[in-house]
Amino acid sequence: MRPMVYQNFDEAVADIPDGASIMFGGFGNPGVPRNLISALLRQGAKDLTTISNTPGRPGNRMDANNLIEAGRVRKVICAFTAGRTPPTFNELYAAGKIEAELVPQGTMAERIRAAGAGIGAFYTRTGVGTELAEGKEQRTIDGKDYLLEYPLPADYAFVRAYRADTYGNAFYRLSQRNFNPIMAQAATVTIVETEQLVEPGDIEPDHVHTPSIFVNRVVLIPPAPDGIWESVR
Amino acid sequence: MTKRPLTRQELCTRLAMEFQDGWVVNLGVGMPTLCSNYVDPVNTPTFQAENGVIGYGPQAMEGEEDLYLVNAGAEYVIMMPGGSILHHADSFGLIRGGYVDVTVLGAYEVAENGDFANWKTAGSKGGAIGGAMDLAVSAKRVFIAMEHTTKDGTPRVLKRCSLPVTAVGVVSLLATNLGLFEITPDGFLLKEIAPGYTPEEVQAVTEAEFTVSSGLKEMPLSDEE
Repeated sequence: MRPMVYQNFDEAVADIPDGASIMFGGFGNPGVPRNLISALLRQGAKDLTTISNTPGRPGNRMDANNLIEAGRVRKVICAFTAGRTPPTFNELYAAGKIEAELVPQGTMAERIRAAGAGIGAFYTRTGVGTELAEGKEQRTIDGKDYLLEYPLPADYAFVRAYRADTYGNAFYRLSQRNFNPIMAQAATVTIVETEQLVEPGDIEPDHVHTPSIFVNRVVLIPPAPDGIWESVR
Repeated sequence: MTKRPLTRQELCTRLAMEFQDGWVVNLGVGMPTLCSNYVDPVNTPTFQAENGVIGYGPQAMEGEEDLYLVNAGAEYVIMMPGGSILHHADSFGLIRGGYVDVTVLGAYEVAENGDFANWKTAGSKGGAIGGAMDLAVSAKRVFIAMEHTTKDGTPRVLKRCSLPVTAVGVVSLLATNLGLFEITPDGFLLKEIAPGYTPEEVQAVTEAEFTVSSGLKEMPLSDEE
């Protein structure tokens, strides 16, 4: 089925129910689907599980932190639950008012990849001998110790691309790629916000990073101030 | 005679002097990023970051930032000619696959058995792992850059880590503001020492007992004071 180009972000996220699990691409500023997150904040879905590298950053940047501050998030799955995490998350987590699953970044990426690739589980050396190994199946293979890790799928993935065509084929620029392609493949419904919207054929097949098969909805980011664009800060 | 501990830049420079030509180098967030400020005219490593960036260079100057390119610390950096990009799962495939020659990480504690702790502080419910656990078990070498003691003088160079470990038995080289230590099957070996210090003075602020190399040298300071 060809993906549908949505005319605005509010329509693209309208069906997301309470309790949904949602992946957000992004690492640092590049590749964060801020327009979709902003629309989800307006939409009002709650009891969400968010899956992203961090629980966001302080300030009104439109990332996971905005949803956490609004009380919409029941659980975060991420590679950081302390350190430079936002104050609201820190308070809620310390008070037991939000759940968190802390996952090493490479294990998180591979679990997401596995979910989109039909892999039932995999073994990794990451975490052996640490607190994170507690309760996990351990196995020695060829003299090395490994932990068993399971796939991490989601109901929705929010993805930011540099260029997408109307079928949903997507291209990312430089480190904007990060988690976006694997999340697009791992979710039941993948929604792409794109900086440029072009016709099928305008992206060379060799330059497609996320094929349209993995994409369900595409929205073109309007010029600022209606659309959210990156700045250095 | 000069007697002073090394600056953070100086101890990172000392670790960077170990990088060999063609090595794939991953620098942890924080102090280790200073390693990329040292440019050796002969030995040129390739810097790799967890977010899939291969072949990046220095931090971008103000006004020259490319909004699409950051390193693992989310700092805007410059791509060098010949650079390339992977997605996150392939980037960690590269890391777990053993293609990283050295990772330089920061730490709270390093122990004489090669364990180190850098993700969870005492009493904290949460932790900051990032890519450290993957890198620590996968890179061919793990170097640690850290201050020798906490601000209140508590030793961080230990017999055994007191904090939850990041990985077991992986550290091979440790640079602090007081010395350069190799980790051997017999524990810490002090190879270089901060200028003007005696091994006894360093031992006094070190919990683990270390061996002093017969060829003990002074750590190099930068030319700028």
